[in-house]
Amino acid sequence: MSEPSVTTVAPAWALAAVAILGALVVLAAALDGALTARGNDAASGAGGGVATPLWEAARLMRQRRRRTVEADGMLWRLGGAGLVVTAVLMVAVVPLGEWTIFDLDVGVMWFNAMDVMVWALVWLTGWGANSAHSLVGGYRFLAHGLGYELPLMFALVAPVIAAESLNVGRVAAAQENSLWFGLWMPVAFLVYCLGVVAFSVWGPFAPALGADIASGVGAELSGVDRLVFEVGRYALLAAGSAFAVPMFLGGGAGPLLPGWTWVLIKTVSLLLLFIWLRRRLPALRPDKFMELGWMVLLPAVLVQDLVVAVVMVWRG
Amino acid sequence: MVADIGFWVLGLVAVMAGAAVFYVNSMARATYALALSFIAVGLQVLFLQQNYVGVVIILMMVMEMAVMAVYMVMFMGMNPALMPMSMVHDSKKALAVAIGTFLTLAAGVLLVDWPARRVAPPAEVTRALGEELMGPKMLVMAVISPVMVATIVAGVVLAAHRTRYDRFGDDLNHRPADDPQPGGVGR
Repeated sequence: MSEPSVTTVAPAWALAAVAILGALVVLAAALDGALTARGNDAASGAGGGVATPLWEAARLMRQRRRRTVEADGMLWRLGGAGLVVTAVLMVAVVPLGEWTIFDLDVGVMWFNAMDVMVWALVWLTGWGANSAHSLVGGYRFLAHGLGYELPLMFALVAPVIAAESLNVGRVAAAQENSLWFGLWMPVAFLVYCLGVVAFSVWGPFAPALGADIASGVGAELSGVDRLVFEVGRYALLAAGSAFAVPMFLGGGAGPLLPGWTWVLIKTVSLLLLFIWLRRRLPALRPDKFMELGWMVLLPAVLVQDLVVAVVMVWRG
Repeated sequence: MVADIGFWVLGLVAVMAGAAVFYVNSMARATYALALSFIAVGLQVLFLQQNYVGVVIILMMVMEMAVMAVYMVMFMGMNPALMPMSMVHDSKKALAVAIGTFLTLAAGVLLVDWPARRVAPPAEVTRALGEELMGPKMLVMAVISPVMVATIVAGVVLAAHRTRYDRFGDDLNHRPADDPQPGGVGR
């Protein structure tokens, strides 16, 4: 219990955190729109698809809600809207350079608890519509979850062992003047990235929203509900990228520029990498990924934890 | 003052959500009412400065409820839990047991002579709590946990319908394994 490594700012700054998260969502969606337009190769309208997400948002806000028979409206809305809230709660513990909103001593566990919330929320979105396809999508997500969650948890353990603290600010501070954790714990970093992509239902982990089941969890989502759900996915991806910065990428460390700029630069870089990778990786089938997660990822990340622990004991 | 109000409101949420488990008529709502109750309890534990324990309660319980919802819907027998259904059965006896338990516990809370605080709480209350709970029994627990895992694995192996002879053939040389559900690593 020494002095805190970051300064806690007034709660009102949470609005600034939400604004930054919103900006990251717009940026990510714009890049995704541009990449989609380039992939389609057709006339993509003004700006080469960059503005597509904004037009899509405007369209969804005007669209009338689709209703289904005997839908559980409360759980359905809760699931969709909860994703954005979860993402905001995740970034609450991420220090922006030297400032943080919520300097929790167990910040890493907090992030972990929030990413588990996504299990409940995505399944509820699938359940609420009372539609077979969307429920199948919900189950697909949980099947993925059983495969990715434990490796993700043990991936978060590695930097914590090295920093000897669950406080996010201290984990970042432990990388000052030394090698970033992402570089000397590559397995943990890769598995963490996989986990972020997975809890955002993104790229290889999108079968829960697959076209083969009429877009699964999102099958019956329309209007504002769909908009909020999609924003939630991008926000989770952005929050996961932001959390990787203090955990694996040295926090605010970097030459010339102030710490907070480096945090933003690193977050945006990782986020854009995730967006770009979406089209480069094949989908992981939930049934097959389960074995991959337990037979390959989990042992690999446990060995990584062991290596980190041995190195830390060696250093004394 | 604000902290007190927050604590009591969370307590109220926990109790009401717990009661809602038996009031609602949908498996999903019952499951997630229970999850909400646990989240409120976890946040209350944060008020007790047991940050680690509080966050772990939220983490474990939400995960458990997400998995439980799957099993509840899957195994609910004749009524496959996709339809509205009652969450209570044998309600008179259950009510009697519930009220009896509540009265016993409440009486215990009121009658026990709670000790007054003598010294300031230690800097690391979670560690202190662990020492107090486990203390000299730590070695026993450390030995028991692998035994428990071994028991679970052995139980699953004994209960499993298919053996390695079903998977690999009578001479155990059939590759890849003959599985009804193919895995991802091609064993």
